[in-house]
Amino acid sequence: MSLLEVEDLRVSFATEDGTVKAVDGVSFAVDTGQTLGIVGESGSGKSVANMTILGLTRSPATTIEGRIRFEGKDLAELSAEELRQISGNEIAMIFQDPLTSLHPFYKVSKQLIEAVRAHQDVGKDVARRRAVEMLKLVGIPDAERRVDNYPHEFSGGMRQRVMIAMALINEPKLLIADEPTTALDVTIQAQILNLIRELQERLGMAVILITHDLGVVADVAREVNVMYAGRIVEKGTLDQIFYDPQHPYTWGLLGSLARPDRPRVPRLAQIKGQPPSLLAPPQGCHFRPRCPHAFGRCVEVPELEQRAGEPGHLDRCWLSAEQKRTLRVVAEGQIGLEVPAA
Amino acid sequence: MTGAATEPLAPGTRSGEDSLLEVRDLVKHFPIKRGIVIDREIGRVRAVDGVDLDVRKGETLGLVGESGCGKSTLCRAIIQLIPPTSGSVRFDGREIVGLRPREMRELRREMQIIFQDPYASLNPRKRVGQIVGDPLKLHGLASGQELRRQVQELLEVVGLNPEHFNRYPHEFSGGQRQRIGIARALALRPKLVVADEPVSALDVSIQAQIINLLDDLQDEFDLTYIFVAHDLGVIRHVSDRIAVMYLGKIVEIGPADAVYDNPIHPYTLSLLSALPIPDPKANAAREQIVLEGDLPSPANPPPACRFHTRCPYATEICSTEEPQLRHFGGGHWAACHHPLNVSEPAAAAA
Repeated sequence: MSLLEVEDLRVSFATEDGTVKAVDGVSFAVDTGQTLGIVGESGSGKSVANMTILGLTRSPATTIEGRIRFEGKDLAELSAEELRQISGNEIAMIFQDPLTSLHPFYKVSKQLIEAVRAHQDVGKDVARRRAVEMLKLVGIPDAERRVDNYPHEFSGGMRQRVMIAMALINEPKLLIADEPTTALDVTIQAQILNLIRELQERLGMAVILITHDLGVVADVAREVNVMYAGRIVEKGTLDQIFYDPQHPYTWGLLGSLARPDRPRVPRLAQIKGQPPSLLAPPQGCHFRPRCPHAFGRCVEVPELEQRAGEPGHLDRCWLSAEQKRTLRVVAEGQIGLEVPAA
Repeated sequence: MTGAATEPLAPGTRSGEDSLLEVRDLVKHFPIKRGIVIDREIGRVRAVDGVDLDVRKGETLGLVGESGCGKSTLCRAIIQLIPPTSGSVRFDGREIVGLRPREMRELRREMQIIFQDPYASLNPRKRVGQIVGDPLKLHGLASGQELRRQVQELLEVVGLNPEHFNRYPHEFSGGQRQRIGIARALALRPKLVVADEPVSALDVSIQAQIINLLDDLQDEFDLTYIFVAHDLGVIRHVSDRIAVMYLGKIVEIGPADAVYDNPIHPYTLSLLSALPIPDPKANAAREQIVLEGDLPSPANPPPACRFHTRCPYATEICSTEEPQLRHFGGGHWAACHHPLNVSEPAAAAA
């Protein structure tokens, strides 16, 4: 049994314009010490799926189906109060924007102490010592003094560290990091990614890293799920996804990238069009309208299963193994969806 | 350091052609004021602090650096959206700093800008036809049916449906909005387009579309680009030459491949090495130089070499003497006392 098992999760929101199926049958699992990367563009459902784990999408307008088992307990069945015991304690989450995740009116010390005392029966002094220790661990210089600063007195990278400190202060078993470095410069991003990796080794956490940046995925994750329009379209190890991609959307993502480590290619292999509206997603494969290789069968939804990939490498695409091998190569040694004419 | 203008560029980077833009010792300081009745200046943010730069006709100059390094301010000071504190900008051979508003208005036709945020840079209360057509109208270039025809042509050029003339910005996606911003910038047939983070707010698959579009338009309309981005992959793909900025100064400038493959300034090297590569094997092979600390405040930059507080190679001279931009051959310039990837003779000759 894995630490976290999400099974056939479906999340839909009732809006004035109709029902938005944000997550449409998503299953994944994470083990202790493992890092799962979830890649997708805006609207792919990657954040909604993970916010639902901690009950953050619950509202009268939301319908949630499926099972979310954490150490065997089904989180979807817990009350808000019971979930609060787990969130911030056994499962912690960090977000893209540290400024909106920290309370601007309270000193960092107060917020960190509160985080400890919400889950552990310790005195203020002990909690404060723990807060200072944590700030040191995440690399904030002069932590004894800085702990009494307000969030606005920290720079963006330092604020992100404070948020990581708060997330990790109760030594969670699972950390969900939703675009943790997107708002940061590359030099600061490198510091934060190294920090997450280091803390993971030290504390033996499981990490779910949600990002749109394939560079960040290649740097941190071991297993990768690629999401598109509410579904996982491909799932595999890091090497399988990058070197033997099975789904045309994954080809498109890889081809769209401007590589910093290679001289320029004449044209980027783009994906035409834009992601579908989740109010009225296309029938069958959601990627069908943008896929140059779509054919008759694509109006049926392909299941996520092992097709042409190695064992454990799953995808949702009807193309044959032979077609996948040849169609994904758009130029010598370059994977992509299609190279547009100039 | 006006030598940057006279030195030949590397072969293959359109040498021999004229400069469209010559920037000399450009400075933009923002005063920090305090006081209610009487404003007293208590300090200055040295956002751009003495920049020399040439942009050749038809090339794309990429500008990179961390947030707060002054790259956006530099762009705005170049096209006179904000008045520079001092320095000179020559556009097509003509000095444009200190022009009168009427003369400047004429010149605006030739210099346009595309902004980062496709949501904030379009007026939500105007129709697309108005947004794209207003520049033409204001300059008295077209009206009535002719205006409409030209706007529809522009929409088509940037890949939008000309029938959508009467729609409002909120009816479009982020990528489509950025296309509207591009159509507006092209309306006056400018010579120079400053693209300030034009793809940062877009999804990866849409980014590639916009980059390919900008590439096509450059050929079609004979454009010169200054392209600002913090995504180093994007910058390498679009740029002929690249300038690296740190705390208001250019620390390295040269042909794109030279800067990426053989960075001379330690700051450039650390920027590049910090970048995760979207290829697991290449990424694992990458040697990382992790910089300590954050960017110092541009209100109080370190003395001499501004990078010395974070530089792994810094010695005493770096904190006492400011390095000047030197030419290391092939149009590759850097301002560093301890240049990397440079042979001894080249360093001595520089």
